[in-house]
Amino acid sequence: MAELQFREAIRDAMDEEMARDEKVFLMGEEVSEYNGAYKVSEGLLDKYGYKRVIDTPISELGFAGIGVGAAMNGLRPIVEFMTFNFAVLAADQIINHASKARYMLGGQLNTPIVFRGPNASAGQLGATHSVAYDSMYAQFPGLSVIYPSEPDDAKGLLKSAIRNDDAVLFMESEQMYGLKGEVSEEEDYIIPIGKGKIKREGDDVTVVATGKMYHIAKQAANQLAKDGVEMEIIDPRTIKPLDIELIVESVKKTNRCVIVDESHPFGGLASEVGFLIQREAFDYLDAPVRRVSLPDVNAPFSKPLFDLWLPDAKNVIDAVNAVTYRN
Amino acid sequence: MAKKKETEAIFTPIGIDSGNNGQIEKSVELPDPTDKSHKDLGLSDEDAVHMFEQMFLQRRFEERAMQQYQKGKFGGFLHLYIGQEAVSTGTVHALNDDDDIITAYRDHGWGLLRGVSPKSGMSELFGKATGCSKGKGGSMHFANVKEHFWGGYGIVGGHIPIGGGIAFANKYQENDRVTATFFGDGAVDQGALHETLNMSQLWKLPCIYVVENNGYSMGTAARRHTVNEIHERAKGYGMKSAVFNGMDALTVYENMKKIADEVREDSMPWFVEIRTYRYRGHSMSDPQKYRTKEELKKYQEIDPVERMKTYLIDEKVAKKKDLEEIEQRIEDEILEAIEFADNADFPEDEALYEDMFADTPHFHDRK
Repeated sequence: MAELQFREAIRDAMDEEMARDEKVFLMGEEVSEYNGAYKVSEGLLDKYGYKRVIDTPISELGFAGIGVGAAMNGLRPIVEFMTFNFAVLAADQIINHASKARYMLGGQLNTPIVFRGPNASAGQLGATHSVAYDSMYAQFPGLSVIYPSEPDDAKGLLKSAIRNDDAVLFMESEQMYGLKGEVSEEEDYIIPIGKGKIKREGDDVTVVATGKMYHIAKQAANQLAKDGVEMEIIDPRTIKPLDIELIVESVKKTNRCVIVDESHPFGGLASEVGFLIQREAFDYLDAPVRRVSLPDVNAPFSKPLFDLWLPDAKNVIDAVNAVTYRN
Repeated sequence: MAKKKETEAIFTPIGIDSGNNGQIEKSVELPDPTDKSHKDLGLSDEDAVHMFEQMFLQRRFEERAMQQYQKGKFGGFLHLYIGQEAVSTGTVHALNDDDDIITAYRDHGWGLLRGVSPKSGMSELFGKATGCSKGKGGSMHFANVKEHFWGGYGIVGGHIPIGGGIAFANKYQENDRVTATFFGDGAVDQGALHETLNMSQLWKLPCIYVVENNGYSMGTAARRHTVNEIHERAKGYGMKSAVFNGMDALTVYENMKKIADEVREDSMPWFVEIRTYRYRGHSMSDPQKYRTKEELKKYQEIDPVERMKTYLIDEKVAKKKDLEEIEQRIEDEILEAIEFADNADFPEDEALYEDMFADTPHFHDRK
C-alpha cells in the first residue's frame, strides 16, 4: 500500500490507462498547460503531449459532444468538467447522446467515454456551484455513476471506468482532492463498477453513505462508538449500478438503516435505497428507514446558513438515535 | 388596437420587411447552378445516371413511405427530405466511401445512399426487427455505421459537436478521412454549433459543417429566425465558407468535391450553406400556413430529380426509355420493400433490453 492523495490516485489511474492504451486522452478546461484546476492532471502534459492532454475553451456542451463523437469513432475520451455543476451545460450530450446513441441506432456504435470532475458543494460557493448530481444522472438508463469516497476506491474504479465500453460519470470532490489514504500497489489495480464495500462493521445500524458523505458518516460512527453504538457503514461507491444486495444483507443483520445522501431529498439515492429496503427487508426492520440529505433549498452563501444546509455528523447521529430509539 | 400594434413592432423580427405589411420575405435566395457538364466535373455517364437513380430512389421511397404513414402502417414522426435530394446525392458522390457523414432527423435519403437498403429502411419506419436500427430508432434514427453513416439525430444541433468529435478522432488516428456534418437552418441558432465551430477552427478539425438551408426552421422562415447571411457566420471564426445551389446535384458535387479535397489536403474545417427547399411539411402534421403555394410551385419547377432527368436526355447521356426503366425498377424495389416491411416481425420482447450496453449490461431493479 502507498499513501496517496485523492488527486494523485485519480492521476495515477489516468496515467496508467493512457500508458496502456493510445486511444485514451484527456480533455477539459485547464487540464493541460495549467496542470488542472485542482492539479489532478499535473504532469500529464509533459508525459503525453498536447495531442493527448487537451485544453478546451469554456464550452462544456461543445467539448462534451466532441468527446462523444470521438468515442463513437474509436477513441476513449476522459472529459474533465471543472465541476459537475458546469456539466449542466453539457447535459444534452450526456443525457441525450452518450446514454442513448447506441440504443437508438440498434447497437451499431459504442460510446466508451468517461465524464469526470468534482461533484456537489465545496464550501461557500453559492447556489450554482453546490449541487450533487449523482442521483440525477443515475435516473438515466445507460449511464454508470461512480462517486467514490477514498483514494483507493478512486484509483481502482477510475481505471474500470476508462476501460468500460459505455458512458461513465466519475464524480470527485474539490474538498477531498487533498485527502490521503492507502492505495493498493497491486499492478493494474481494478475495482469492478457496481460493487459496494463494507467500510466499517457494526451490529446496531446500517448507514449507507458515499463520496463526501462517507466521511461525515465516519465522524458520526466514531462519536457514537463512545456511546456503545456500532454503525455498519456501507459505501456503495457506485450509485449506478447500485449494490443493493450488500445493503439489504447488512440491514437484515442490523434491522435499522440511515442513508446519508448529498443530493436534495426528492427522488435521490436515499429515496431509492429506502424504497428497496422496505420491499426487500420489510420484515427485518425494527424502525422506519431514515435519511439525511440536503434540504429542498438552494445552497446559501452565508457561513451559518451553509453549515445548516449541508449534512453533518450531528445530523447523522440524530438519525441513528431516531432509528435506534435512543432519543 | 394601437397598443397591440406597438407590441407587434417591438417583437417583429428584423427579417420581416416592415414596409411590406408583415409579408415574409422570400426565405432563400438561390445561387445559380453550375454551368459545367458532368464530364467537365470528371463524372462519367454512368456516374451521372447513377445520380439520377439515387435521387429517384430517395424521392419514391419517401413518397411511398408517406402513403404508408397515412394508411396508418406506422406512427411517430416522419420528416421528409423531398426536394432536397440533390444535396445528399451530390455529396455522396463527392466524398470517399469511407468519409464520415452525420445528419439530423431528416435522414432517410442519407441512409439510402449509404447502404441502408429500401427493405431495411422501410422496416425501420415500420418499427420492425429487420430495420437498419432494429426498429429501435424509427424515422429519425436511420444509420449504417459500417458504411460511415453515423446516423440521424433528433435534437436540433445536438449532433453537430458529435460530427466534430468524429473528425477529431479521424485526425487523432491520422486516417485522412473527412467528416461531413449536415443540419438544417434551424440548427444555426443553436449554441452547440458555435462552440463546435470555434473548437474546430482552433484544433483544425477535418470537418465540413453543412447547413441545408431549406428555408424553414420547422414553420419559421429563415429570415424570421436568424439574422444576416448564414454562411457569413464563418467569418467570425476565420473559417473557410461557401454558399451554393442545392437544387442541382452537379453543383453540389462540384463544390463538395473541391471542399472535401481541400479538407483532406490541409485539415481545415469549412462552414457551408447549401440552399435548397423542402416540399413537404416539417413533419406529417404540418398545415404549412407559413408559406404560399406559389413559392412551393416555383421550387417544384426546378425540381432536382426532374432536372437531372432532363439533363441526361438533353445531353444524350441516356434515353428516356432507359431512365423510365430505371424508374420502374426502383418503383418495384420500393413496393417490394413495403411488402417486406409489412410482413416482417416486430422485435421480440427481449429486444427491449438489448443494445443498451456494449459492456456488462446493468438495469436498475429489473425483475
